[in-house]
Amino acid sequence: MKATVYVRPKPGILDPQGQAVGSSLRQLGFDVGEARVGRVVDLELQARNPAQARAELRLMCEQLLANPLIESYEIELADDA
Amino acid sequence: MSPVSRPRIAVIVFPGSNDDHDATLALDALGADAVSVWHGEDDLGDVAAVVLPGGFSYGDYLRCGALARFSPALRAVERFAAGGGPVLGICNGFQILCEAGLLPGVLRPNRSLAFVCRDVAVRVEDASTSFTRRCAPGQRLTIPIKHGEGCWFAPPEVVAELETAGRIVLRYADGNPNGSIADAAGVLNEAGNVMGLMPHPEHAVDPLLGSTDGARILGSLVDTARSRAPALV
Repeated sequence: MKATVYVRPKPGILDPQGQAVGSSLRQLGFDVGEARVGRVVDLELQARNPAQARAELRLMCEQLLANPLIESYEIELADDA
Repeated sequence: MSPVSRPRIAVIVFPGSNDDHDATLALDALGADAVSVWHGEDDLGDVAAVVLPGGFSYGDYLRCGALARFSPALRAVERFAAGGGPVLGICNGFQILCEAGLLPGVLRPNRSLAFVCRDVAVRVEDASTSFTRRCAPGQRLTIPIKHGEGCWFAPPEVVAELETAGRIVLRYADGNPNGSIADAAGVLNEAGNVMGLMPHPEHAVDPLLGSTDGARILGSLVDTARSRAPALV
């Protein structure tokens, strides 16, 4: 089973990396407002079913993949399990 | 000299640590018996204090400090801290302690996004802690920083709690080099036995390097360790 986890800086959390990317895009001439930079983690899982996979993925996010103080996460399971 | 007068202090070495030698040299020069402990060890041995040194443990992969938290040595440090043992995290060591939940907050990329490497002035807000007892209240220390991710962040209610309890022990005194909330340069845990700081006291213990103010921090830790070391019969 394949899964993708998206980790993003929470709203209101200063994201200097996003600010730098946004300002570079504006320098290139693109009409860009705010830019926020996060992280994508692609995973292969041995979970028996999607419910188990989601439960495990939530634990992975809370224990390692995201820092809940500053980051939110979103889990996407591929259907081709 | 008896073992008690030279208290044994563990310096944890992770893959990517690069200030462990300076920390060991500084602690030895200040009267301790510093021992390097590899991150794979799950037993610290008979030590009276622990230092988590600076560097880039595990390449700073994922988030700085996030992976070191799972090493066997850090589990041992958690047990040591839970038993009241003094633990000092410097730079990457501070980042690790935050990720491990031993200290509040998290270290974020510097507001400027630039790696900052220079001497900074910090003010000692509390000179009664295990890590500042050789300082005077309000004393200014000149100690170098060198980091890309030293912007300490915690939610407002946590910052308020720390301010009330006086747990922001060190504050940047001449401008904030990284965007840290409350100008925090060093933070203490609730029990008072775990502190993290971004400045590098181990790089400021010899006049040749411009400042010896770091010896006040590390010397305080040596004093604390000495007072904890069990008297040998």
